[in-house]
Amino acid sequence: MSRSGLWLAAALTAAGLMLTAESAGADDTRILSARPVPPDGIRLRFSAPIGRTDPANFRVTTAQAPDIPIAVLAVEPGPGHRVSLKLSEPVTSTGRYRLDVSDPPLHREVNPSPWTLMLGVFLASALINNFVFTRYLGLCIFFGVSKKRDTAIGMGITFAVVMILTGMLSWAIDSWVLRPLQLSFLQILVFIGVVAFAVQLLDTVLRKTHAALYQRWGIYLMLITTNCIILAVPLLNATAKSGSLEALALAVGSGIGFAVALFLMSCARERMELARVPAPFAGLPIAFALTGLFALAFMGFSGLDFFR
Amino acid sequence: MTTLLHPGPAPTPRQLILNGIFAENPVFRLALSLCPAVAVTTSVLNGLLLGVAVLAVQVLSSVTVTLVRGLIHPRVRIPVYTIIIAVWVSAIDMALAAFFPALYAQVGLYVKLIVAFAIIISRLEVFASRQPLVPSFFDGLGMGLGFLLALLAIGAFRELLGSGSFAGHAIAPGKPLLFLTLPAGGFFSIAILMAFFNWIEARARRGREGSAPAPRAAAGGTHGV
Repeated sequence: MSRSGLWLAAALTAAGLMLTAESAGADDTRILSARPVPPDGIRLRFSAPIGRTDPANFRVTTAQAPDIPIAVLAVEPGPGHRVSLKLSEPVTSTGRYRLDVSDPPLHREVNPSPWTLMLGVFLASALINNFVFTRYLGLCIFFGVSKKRDTAIGMGITFAVVMILTGMLSWAIDSWVLRPLQLSFLQILVFIGVVAFAVQLLDTVLRKTHAALYQRWGIYLMLITTNCIILAVPLLNATAKSGSLEALALAVGSGIGFAVALFLMSCARERMELARVPAPFAGLPIAFALTGLFALAFMGFSGLDFFR
Repeated sequence: MTTLLHPGPAPTPRQLILNGIFAENPVFRLALSLCPAVAVTTSVLNGLLLGVAVLAVQVLSSVTVTLVRGLIHPRVRIPVYTIIIAVWVSAIDMALAAFFPALYAQVGLYVKLIVAFAIIISRLEVFASRQPLVPSFFDGLGMGLGFLLALLAIGAFRELLGSGSFAGHAIAPGKPLLFLTLPAGGFFSIAILMAFFNWIEARARRGREGSAPAPRAAAGGTHGV
């Protein structure tokens, strides 16, 4: 499991590097790629050899604080015009940095590759910050529909689809309409409208085109309209001012995370039917305790980092 | 859902408020709006902030709905209620962000999500859309207070046992059960508090009836948000 995951990550990162390498390219010296490399490095690839490889030739800052330089401790030239910088402070695989080279005079934003970023956000939203177990969203739906496994699966799939649809729709409206026009105070109103609109749209389209599918999943659609977990994805994206890829990864990750949580809980609750529960705990209290146990287990994911 | 809607003598403001706090407490009895009850109750102050926000939104939306319900066509009433709630949530959200920036940074997302609380829209539907202005006001007040007090109770339980303090002031040496401030601790706290209320209720009923009927599970209403 972990080995295949590593291979997947490596392949995705390589694909990202190749994409960036293709998009650049010119006569004079340029920086072809620049990536943060945890724990404390930045890897650069130049199009031609550069003259000076001493630490004073490079100036690195974070994207948030471009006035405070991070000291460069060492510079290691590598094969193929590659240069590795060793910094005095740790870097993260999803952090954004700025790099200035004085000879030749070059400037470059050091961003994580899109794949790294997407995979990072996806894992964070699906497992580390699971909506149910660490953010406590969608609890009422979670307790309401996790009694039977079939219902839980149907609800999980419907939620994931609606979440991706509304997440991307709201992201587009937020970043192309609301923010440029300084209308961010309308966020809540607009997002509620988008969710209601998307659910209604999906309902109508499904009923006309896939009647069988609608008969099976349609009932869950109506329960979704104003649900906190659906509304949380656009709100989180708007607060973080995410790019399109991060927004997509968050929507997919949250949807899958919620579906997984529902499925796990429904399996456990089917078993619970046979268990002897102390009378005051019967019903909702024992379900809460069970969720607490799942939350404990999910805390184990908090140290998860693919790119270390 | 509520006995107050049956014909009979009009309920007094005191009855309406007590109804929201005890008989139909949104968190412990109706089991609605549980997400924030777990999420923001790591300390008393967080619970207080969200409770006040819910109280304000509930009262203001109830009053608004009673005032404009004559203009709303019954078929579009739910979307209209949602918009009314969203307007008040936006206003309260901005007010809290301006006046309490430090606390708001911790609970901001949940303040925005008040818009999707089942408890608010269900009170608009079952009460404010049918009753006159004054009872609606007191019903909103009672429901909001019930929610606020429930959040305070859970917040005090978790903060006292989890970090040995109350509203940010240390009152016990060390941290007795740090576990309770963790995400999982929130679920266990609610489980324990709910079971406790069930136990009290079962005991009270047994005392009244002189026999031991099967205890009822805490509020069956688990649908909605």
